[in-house]
Amino acid sequence: MKNGVYRKTALLICLMGLAVFASGCKKKAAAPTPAPAPAPAPAAPPSKPTVTLEASPASIQTGQTARLSWSSTNATDLGIEPGVGKVAPEGSTPVTPAQTTTYTITATGPGGTATASASIAVTAPPPPPPAQPNLSQLFEQNVKDGYFDFDKSDLREDTRAALTKDAEFLRSYPQLRISLEGHCDERGSTEYNLGLGQRRAEAAKRFLVSLGIAADRMETVSWGKERPVCTEHNEDCWQRNRRAHPVMLH
Amino acid sequence: MRRKAAILAAVFTAMAGAFLWSAPSANAQDWFRTGTGLGVTKARVAAPDAAARSSAAEPLAKVFSDVLRADLDYSGIVELVSPSFYPTVAPSQPSELKPDAWSAAPVEAYMVAYGNLTVDGTNLAAAAFLSDVHNPTAPLALEKIYRGASTDADARRLAHRFADDIVSVLSGGQPGVAETQITYTSTRSGNKEIWVMDYDGANARQLTTLKSIALTPRWSPDATRIAFTCYVPFRGVTSAQICIYSTASNRLIAFPRFRGTNSSPAWSPDGTQLAFMSSQNGDPEIYVSDPNGARLRRVTFAAGVNTSPVWNPKTGKQMVFVSDRGGQPALYLANSDGTDAQKIDLPDMGYVVDPSWSPNGQLLAFCWRRPNGNYDIYVMDIVSHQLVQLTRDTGRNERPSWAPDGRHLVFESTRTGTRHIWTMLADGSQAHQLTQEGENESPNWSPR
Repeated sequence: MKNGVYRKTALLICLMGLAVFASGCKKKAAAPTPAPAPAPAPAAPPSKPTVTLEASPASIQTGQTARLSWSSTNATDLGIEPGVGKVAPEGSTPVTPAQTTTYTITATGPGGTATASASIAVTAPPPPPPAQPNLSQLFEQNVKDGYFDFDKSDLREDTRAALTKDAEFLRSYPQLRISLEGHCDERGSTEYNLGLGQRRAEAAKRFLVSLGIAADRMETVSWGKERPVCTEHNEDCWQRNRRAHPVMLH
Repeated sequence: MRRKAAILAAVFTAMAGAFLWSAPSANAQDWFRTGTGLGVTKARVAAPDAAARSSAAEPLAKVFSDVLRADLDYSGIVELVSPSFYPTVAPSQPSELKPDAWSAAPVEAYMVAYGNLTVDGTNLAAAAFLSDVHNPTAPLALEKIYRGASTDADARRLAHRFADDIVSVLSGGQPGVAETQITYTSTRSGNKEIWVMDYDGANARQLTTLKSIALTPRWSPDATRIAFTCYVPFRGVTSAQICIYSTASNRLIAFPRFRGTNSSPAWSPDGTQLAFMSSQNGDPEIYVSDPNGARLRRVTFAAGVNTSPVWNPKTGKQMVFVSDRGGQPALYLANSDGTDAQKIDLPDMGYVVDPSWSPNGQLLAFCWRRPNGNYDIYVMDIVSHQLVQLTRDTGRNERPSWAPDGRHLVFESTRTGTRHIWTMLADGSQAHQLTQEGENESPNWSPR
């Protein structure tokens, strides 16, 4: 019995295999038959040139320099205007336009002409910021002389007021050192006036020290009647000369 | 009147010695009185033109004679007889002198100064004679040959020497000032610089070229140096310092710099000390040091301005200075180390500055601005405090300095409208203007 089942099964498997094999075989198509050689194609027209142009930066201030960069294809003659002229198919060059300029590159090749443009905007530099007053000018504006009566080195009310304001300024600039010059009007002894001018300078210095200005920030000198600010022979001019005059030391 | 005459007598008798002349001199100042025992009378001297021994000597003889007459006229002890009274023929040597022609009217001379000049190549010789024609035998009081170069400058110089010798004969040995110099400050070259000129204003020459401000020059007692106030840089500022100029080497000699204001240097009579004002310790005070600045010591200790020291030129042991410690500037007398300072009282208030001490140690000249008054020059006897006003109603007159003969003063005056150097006799008479250009101040008379 066994033998007979086994023979029928093996035959069935072979037949199934053959069927599979047969179907598979069908997928492996046969190589196509070679086509006949094509006829020679007609010549293609030459390609049109292409070109690009860039400016960097695109905006500058008067006097500054920008760079033009370009590249191209299919071009044999290239030129950039204004002001540059013939160029290679690819490259870059610096330019310094005086005013806003549009640069145009023209690329010519067998296939025709192509152009490209790039603009550089030129602006005036911004105005300088308003000048900050320097310390000398601030000193001139804020530190005033103290005035004295004839033959005197005492501080009047107005002298104290002027020196008090001077002290405020000196406190704001603690690194500042000054010389206090004492002056006299044209009358009287040259020699005594040298001494009186010194007393006026010292009186001003002592007062400033009392307002907290360190003594070692101040020198005192006397010019006697030797350095007048005016030379008229009247009380107006004489008063203008009787003074303690602070000077900034550098 | 008497007090003023007394003080003027002190001025003149101190220097004139014992010579007395019988003819009183005419004088514009009514308070200058003469007479036996009260003062000196001036000697009447005639000084005819010196003869020229050759034509080359003629212009030099003219310079010599003009300068001699000016020197004698300004000496303070000579009454120069006007040349318009002289005999037409002048002697050129003693054998030609006719004494009667000169002692009689209208000349009425007591002495005749005469002579002759010879030029030999570039050399000049002045044979000079002084004859006493009041004496019947007309003895020669002076006979000398002065030599120099055949230039106008030397003709002046020889005349100055003859004049000084004549003054010495007439004043019993005290030489005149015709060869002395005056140092001062002038702006005529642009800045205030130190200048020197002859006592009569000739030969003005600039000493310093600091192009800054130079003031208050003073001769050292041996005349080899001039100390003055200069403005120079120090510690970052330009300040007043003591400068010393050597007239021997024509350059500045070093002196230390100090803080503040340093001014008004004054030499002690032996030349070993310099007093000056310094504010190096805060206040203007008087300091004394060696001439090179060593051994510095402070001699005044009073708040206020202390300045303008002058030494007693006779003893060197005292000082007078200006101080406003009492409110207004006044004169103080102290020992030369500053001790025993006493205020010199004056009969009126006011502002007293610029003291100068006479060579005989007896008189102070100074500038005084009285209340409602102008700046004028006064002379005061230090012991008696008797006072004479020398200038009046003629601008501002300041900074007197005594001549070494004690008979003359040099000072600044604005009487012409511009500040100039003037000299005068110590009685206020015969004011002469010495400078013409620029602004001129701070005069100081050289020692002999």
